[in-house]
Amino acid sequence: MLIVDSDLCVGCGQCEDDCSFGAIEVVDRIAVVGDTCTLCGSCVDRCEAEALSIEGVEKSVQVDLDSWSGIWVYCEYRAGKLASVSLELLGVGRKLADTRGVELSAVLIGSDTGDTAEELIGRGADIVYRADNSALEHFTDKCYGSVLTSLIREHQPEVVLAGATAIGRSFIPGVANILGAGLTADCTELEIRNGDGALLQTRPAFGGNIMATIVCPGSRPQMSTVRPKVMQELEFDAARQGDIVDVLLDDTMLFSKVRVLESVVAENDDVNIQESDVLIGGGRGLDSGKGFELIRELAQSLDGAVSASRAAVDAGWIGYPHQVGQTGKTVAPKLYIACGISGAIQHVAGMQSSETIVAINRDENAPIFNVADFGIVGDLFEVLPKLISKIEGHRKS
Amino acid sequence: MNIVVCIKQVPDARDVRLDPETNTLAREGVQSIMNPYDQHAVEEAVRLKEQLGGEVTVLSMGPPQAQDVLRQAISCGADRGVLVSDRAFAGADTWATSYTLAKALKKLGSFDLIICGKQAIDGDTAQVGPGLAIQLEIPFVTCIQKIREAGETEIIMERMMDDGYDVIAVEYPLLLTVVKDINEPRVPSLKGKMKAKKAEIVVLSAEDVGADPAKIGLAGSPTQVVDVFPPPLRGEPALLTGSVDEQVEQLVKKIAVYL
Ligand SMILES: Cc1cc2nc3c(=O)[nH]c(=O)nc-3n(C[C@H](O)[C@H](O)[C@H](O)COP(=O)(O)OP(=O)(O)OC[C@H]3O[C@@H](n4cnc5c(N)ncnc54)[C@H](O)[C@@H]3O)c2cc1C
Ligand SMILES: Nc1ncnc2c1ncn2[C@@H]1O[C@H](COP(=O)(O)O)[C@@H](O)[C@H]1O
Repeated sequence: MLIVDSDLCVGCGQCEDDCSFGAIEVVDRIAVVGDTCTLCGSCVDRCEAEALSIEGVEKSVQVDLDSWSGIWVYCEYRAGKLASVSLELLGVGRKLADTRGVELSAVLIGSDTGDTAEELIGRGADIVYRADNSALEHFTDKCYGSVLTSLIREHQPEVVLAGATAIGRSFIPGVANILGAGLTADCTELEIRNGDGALLQTRPAFGGNIMATIVCPGSRPQMSTVRPKVMQELEFDAARQGDIVDVLLDDTMLFSKVRVLESVVAENDDVNIQESDVLIGGGRGLDSGKGFELIRELAQSLDGAVSASRAAVDAGWIGYPHQVGQTGKTVAPKLYIACGISGAIQHVAGMQSSETIVAINRDENAPIFNVADFGIVGDLFEVLPKLISKIEGHRKS
Repeated sequence: MNIVVCIKQVPDARDVRLDPETNTLAREGVQSIMNPYDQHAVEEAVRLKEQLGGEVTVLSMGPPQAQDVLRQAISCGADRGVLVSDRAFAGADTWATSYTLAKALKKLGSFDLIICGKQAIDGDTAQVGPGLAIQLEIPFVTCIQKIREAGETEIIMERMMDDGYDVIAVEYPLLLTVVKDINEPRVPSLKGKMKAKKAEIVVLSAEDVGADPAKIGLAGSPTQVVDVFPPPLRGEPALLTGSVDEQVEQLVKKIAVYL
């Protein structure tokens, strides 16, 4: 519980102003804590009168923290392809491993992985644990989870990272739960804390309105899923050396009550909008499904993919896998061009961490212009064809 | 078919805004709503009940006012609402939440199917569903976009993947999480609203569900928030000027690095 020492509290209201959750109110010159308190503790640090403390929390330290060592990355492999976020994670994992002075290991799970393990070494891994078996061809939470859990129990890494993809965000929570480990979803920043070497995991919350930094003080491993496109991958270096360890798999690991009858992979791989560096978003302003042809054309001219607002998805102009926002996907491409999208908060929540945002809208008061770096006020049916031909001209020259 | 739907009360994103002066969440007039994904979970449960018979229980962990979302679910066809509520739950992360919900579920009896939303829009973690299934030792499948066939012993469904979808078959009991594509939630009927108003919500404390005090709330949470701060500001937005041709010309220059 958050305790207010009534002798020390001067009722200054600093904590009331600072609390991101609106949980503190000064009543009769003393701070009163409400139900929405999440015990985040930020008020405790900021209270100059030192009147606040968090009590009754005795963290049962679960493990001998020092016996856990090494940085691990789960590398996602599906339908003959390595997810690009895996390489980004090896990039940030390398940095973390070097800061901690430990090894970086990759865990590769799948079937017919070919020379993927060698590629992972060239991209920064010191060790690759390879679980390659035909029973692992299709993703199931149970089998992938069992393999990773048993490897973690055996080798005791201090950190385990995975991409915040459909697969990572599905089975990693199960693994963390079995291990009693802390898991932070959808991180955008990872850093080692000076002193105790804990992993500082930073992520957006409340639709990106606040950022939160999270640690796992008493449990190991420290686990995070990380958003695609925010970390930097390393160049492939054929000279890098590393070990490939083929994991012994037993039948219990490979048995799942969940049966995958069929995997339907979209023909044109454009539904995986989180992997694209350039996204062209279309909204209700396109007027019809036909309007999306312009969006596709622009996307093509930029080697990008097509995304959409919920209004466009609900209208049936494009499929739900393309929806960006709070009830769709969160994306962070280098370039996001919003066309005929008003910029409702639920949409913005899913794309505001894009590097550069361009908005094209005929309403100069559309809220999308508040998050855009560059905006064109105009009719998209006039602007887009011109933009496409200009870009094509530019690319040719 | 006995189904439980886990629902969470969350602040409405439309109201959640940073106060530019203090850089904190402006809290005036912040409404609480049922987590949008959970509305789809309730709808799917009610449809399955209509098809196969049985009962739909809605379960929430939260402060006393979370009763509102349980009543809302009842107005949309759920049969009974259970709220686990205790000051000792404060500061619970997804591990402690999964544990607490699992304790409550075990207390309530046995179920064929548990449905959660894909994620809650306040924390966006998508971790409670899988965690709960692990605690209950039942299989789970996330991001269901369609139930193709719900039979007496087995359910066949489509799970959304990044590059398409998988068709999955599982026997009960199991836990699944749903995405919004799965259905269009109904609007409560007048009769439903009356029923919801009169419904008795069962409220359970930490002790009632037999939760170990070391595993709930902040004490039971392996993760701890150490800092919250506003997101980095974007640069000032620039509206381009001039004729359409000139604006397009300027834009192409501005984004030239990406071409
Ligand atoms: C619980 C909940 C969750 C939600 N989740 C999401 C989500 O995940 N993603 C999401 O996107 N939305 C989401 N929404 C919906 C969101 O609130 C908005 O309704 C939606 O984003 C609006 O889509 P839009 O911008 O395409 O349409 P509109 O708001 O109708 O905007 C269309 C824009 O196009 C412009 N326009 C029209 N014609 C032209 C033209 N010829 N040239 C140029 N501009 C033109 C208009 O000026 C207008 O600004 C959610 C809502 C709720 C309640
Ligand atoms: N406090 C809670 N009470 C009931 N259900 C919850 C609670 N928190 C999360 N859930 C369920 O778990 C899903 C995922 O939530 P989260 O892991 O917080 O993103 C939600 O859509 C709910 O179905």
